[in-house]
Amino acid sequence: MTQTAQIGDARTAPQPGRRRFSGTVLGVAPFLLFAVLFLVLPTAYLFVGSLQTSTGQLTLDNFAHLTQPYTIAAYEASLEISLVTAILGGLFGFLLAYATIAGGLPKPIRGAIMTFSGVASNFAGGPLALAFIFTIGRAGFLTVFLRAIGLDPYGAGFTIYSKIGLEIVYLYFQLPLMVLIIAPAIDGLKKEWREASENLGASNVQYWRRVALPILLPSLLGSVILLFGNAFGAQATAFFLTGGFIPLVTILIGSQLSGDALGDKNLGYALAIGMVAIMGVTLVAYSYLTRLAERWQR
Amino acid sequence: MSGPTSQSLTGLEPLAESIAKPSRRSPASPVVMSWIVLLVSILYFGLPLVGTLIFSLRAQPFGEAYKMMVSDGQLFKDLGYSFVIAIITVLVSIGLLVPTAFWVRLRLPRLRPIIEFITLLPFVIPPIVLVYGLLSTFSGPPLALTGSNLGSDALLVCAYVVLSFPYMYRSIDAGLRVIDIRTLTEACQSLGAGWFTVLWRVILPNLRVAILSGAFLTLAIVVGEFTVAIFLARPMFATYLQLISQTQAYESAAVALMSFAITWAAMGVISLIGRGRQEKIIAGVH
Amino acid sequence: MSYLALTGIQKRFAGGTVAVQDFNLEAQRGEFVSFLGPSGCGKTTTLRMIAGFEKPTAGRISIDGRDVTDLAPNRRNVGMVFQNYALFPNMTVAGNIAFGLNVRKRPKDQTKKRVAELLELINLADKGGRYPYQLSGGQQQRIALARALAFEPTVLLLDEPLSALDAKIRVALRIEIRAIQRQLGITTVYVTHDQEEALSLSDRVVVMSEGHVEQVGAPFEIYNFPATPFVASFVGTLSLLPGTIVDPANGVVRVAGQQVRVAKHLTGGAGRNLTVALRPEMGSLGASTDPADNNVQGTVTDVAFLGSIVRIRVSLAEGGPIVALDEFNEPTLKLPAVGETTTIHFPADGPLVIDTGAPVEQLEELIAEA
Repeated sequence: MTQTAQIGDARTAPQPGRRRFSGTVLGVAPFLLFAVLFLVLPTAYLFVGSLQTSTGQLTLDNFAHLTQPYTIAAYEASLEISLVTAILGGLFGFLLAYATIAGGLPKPIRGAIMTFSGVASNFAGGPLALAFIFTIGRAGFLTVFLRAIGLDPYGAGFTIYSKIGLEIVYLYFQLPLMVLIIAPAIDGLKKEWREASENLGASNVQYWRRVALPILLPSLLGSVILLFGNAFGAQATAFFLTGGFIPLVTILIGSQLSGDALGDKNLGYALAIGMVAIMGVTLVAYSYLTRLAERWQR
Repeated sequence: MSGPTSQSLTGLEPLAESIAKPSRRSPASPVVMSWIVLLVSILYFGLPLVGTLIFSLRAQPFGEAYKMMVSDGQLFKDLGYSFVIAIITVLVSIGLLVPTAFWVRLRLPRLRPIIEFITLLPFVIPPIVLVYGLLSTFSGPPLALTGSNLGSDALLVCAYVVLSFPYMYRSIDAGLRVIDIRTLTEACQSLGAGWFTVLWRVILPNLRVAILSGAFLTLAIVVGEFTVAIFLARPMFATYLQLISQTQAYESAAVALMSFAITWAAMGVISLIGRGRQEKIIAGVH
Repeated sequence: MSYLALTGIQKRFAGGTVAVQDFNLEAQRGEFVSFLGPSGCGKTTTLRMIAGFEKPTAGRISIDGRDVTDLAPNRRNVGMVFQNYALFPNMTVAGNIAFGLNVRKRPKDQTKKRVAELLELINLADKGGRYPYQLSGGQQQRIALARALAFEPTVLLLDEPLSALDAKIRVALRIEIRAIQRQLGITTVYVTHDQEEALSLSDRVVVMSEGHVEQVGAPFEIYNFPATPFVASFVGTLSLLPGTIVDPANGVVRVAGQQVRVAKHLTGGAGRNLTVALRPEMGSLGASTDPADNNVQGTVTDVAFLGSIVRIRVSLAEGGPIVALDEFNEPTLKLPAVGETTTIHFPADGPLVIDTGAPVEQLEELIAEA
């Protein structure tokens, strides 16, 4: 996501004097204005609101109230689901990406998987939740089929309307997202590295352990972190599937917006800002790892 | 789970040769592993779609769900509305980002990290938080927009433009990197062209493929987007889908399936046009 | 007893392309052999077959008496230096060099010693802790070489190792590579499309074109006694002079309206077409009184100062063939002006005779491709 080597920048024309500089900035003014109005301002509004009481006085109480059991539970659930789906989605997504790109499968499969991933990573909310309900919901065709051959998941206590169920559903867009993000890194695994390592006597296992995985590690970690952020910010799917039954941070914010009062709206602001903070850390970690990866992949 | 990973999915060997390898190599043919992974993935991704299909076919008489879908006026109305919003979003996004990306590359490379950071902010501010902030800011004076339909539509477009930033900017920037904009611009100017001409007649046409993929992705996001749409109370495709999933479930299944299929087909066409660029673009999620 | 032997090697790819046809080579222990040819001639494919990355469709490869044709690449104990170095970016220089020893589970102290030895050998003793991306291309290539040599392979393979480097570094590095190779006495195969490299480094050169071997021989042989028109035009510069036989018994040929004598056996009778080819070092300015020399007249079309030599081009007839000749540069050299009519001479045993009626265009194509 962060830009690669700044080679082009070295060839930039020398900066003109101060007066002309401010004129040049005008070129990006529309964009900056837009960003301020529709990105910075709303966030600032939330931020300021989170630091106020309902009467407008400055306070940190809202953040303190985030430690209520209800909100703590929401954070815990969000974190757990995001972590699990990020790691599993990362792992299986990597396997699938590697299989289609460098695993010896016919070339057209790569295109098909990539386009499918493009669609699937965006397939969320109602349609996705419904699709899984139709499949492994109580009356889903797969559930029925399994019962017919003697297996009864619901009898054993499984239900799709649970954290586990949500995780299974989340994987549907997490996994493809991983495929899309990690594809360039796998492409960047030079064929010569594998050949060099073979030539030097390494077995497959040794190649993976000493060369390929270390090289891929920053990209892998970065992608998993991105997946984490993605799951953390997801709302529609969870709402659809569980109707707000499992509290997640995003669901709480949603209820705040639709008026099912959580408490006061300032608490809602705090919740939102808390989320921004977590995502911010995620992004910083991702950027750092991506920079590291790009430096090595040259 | 170190088994499959360490059991190597090997390098780029032609299929025939890998199967013909002498037995001194690892016993489990590496390509077989790839096929297994593929098959399991197809199962996981296919079954829910199959489930949707089966459900959609349960409506009596046979195919009723699809008939209802095709004759559902409101559906097409809302779909059309989503499309219009999406196209406006794409146009605004292009109009904002192409000159900006161009200008930054040409004249303000030092600002590049800042601009990039801004375009990545939508990842930090998920749709739910964004719409929360937008509603709080723009629902009352002095910036009241939510009162009117037009105002809400404008707000919607602006929200989607923001959400499109990461993908559009990244696409456009990648496209610009390949063109030598400095030389092209200088050539253009030496021939007497002004900035608008440079952008409109030289830069933009060369960015066609990049813009196309970014635009299509934005389109897909906007049409599929739910959270912002519902909280801004606009009649979009995704919100309608949610509505009918509770009232006309069979039809909703048919619609969901159709939209998936059409999007996939369209993406396939786009990727054939802009070969190789597709994977560099990250799709968004809710 | 040959150390590295390739017998009847053929490589046919899925889809029908035959990349290598009937390749045979017997290299002695410690010999430096180059595979020389234009892109696509099969030299890299053959090298990769020795390394084990490609499997020959037919033929056998043996190293030190052992048949390795079916052996996996990581079992062959050959060291390969790749064109773009292929250094592992996640390891330091020392880590890269030690890699072959580490996967063979050599004891740590032994490995450390060996790495230090090699760093010393390639003159990068203080760079062990650096990462590849911190070093220049030339340095990276030396590290790649050290890495390939670390585990004392039986054969060293180099795949156009210098093509990604600047001209000056290329020359310096190739001398270094050859010196190291001599010191270690390791059998080496070197793939290149640069004939200067091949000629200056090798004990023997294998000239290849379109998958088959054109000639195998010492550099001197290849250059002065090319076996085929391709070798003649690919290696070195050649002036092509189409001519007609006048007197086969005495080797008299008519070229561009002038008669010359070539001390070569001419096949065919009077009137037969052939091509006389001249290396630039054969010709000299001025007329010669030596009866063994040929004097020809022509107009100077170009005088190019190339540093240590001056290359003069002389056209033997209006629109006719051009002879390029080199004179060593020295302050007292008197050069003709462009457009001047002048006489040049070359010895009768100097030219090569390309005994085909092939039109000059075809031969010139060969030159253009090279």
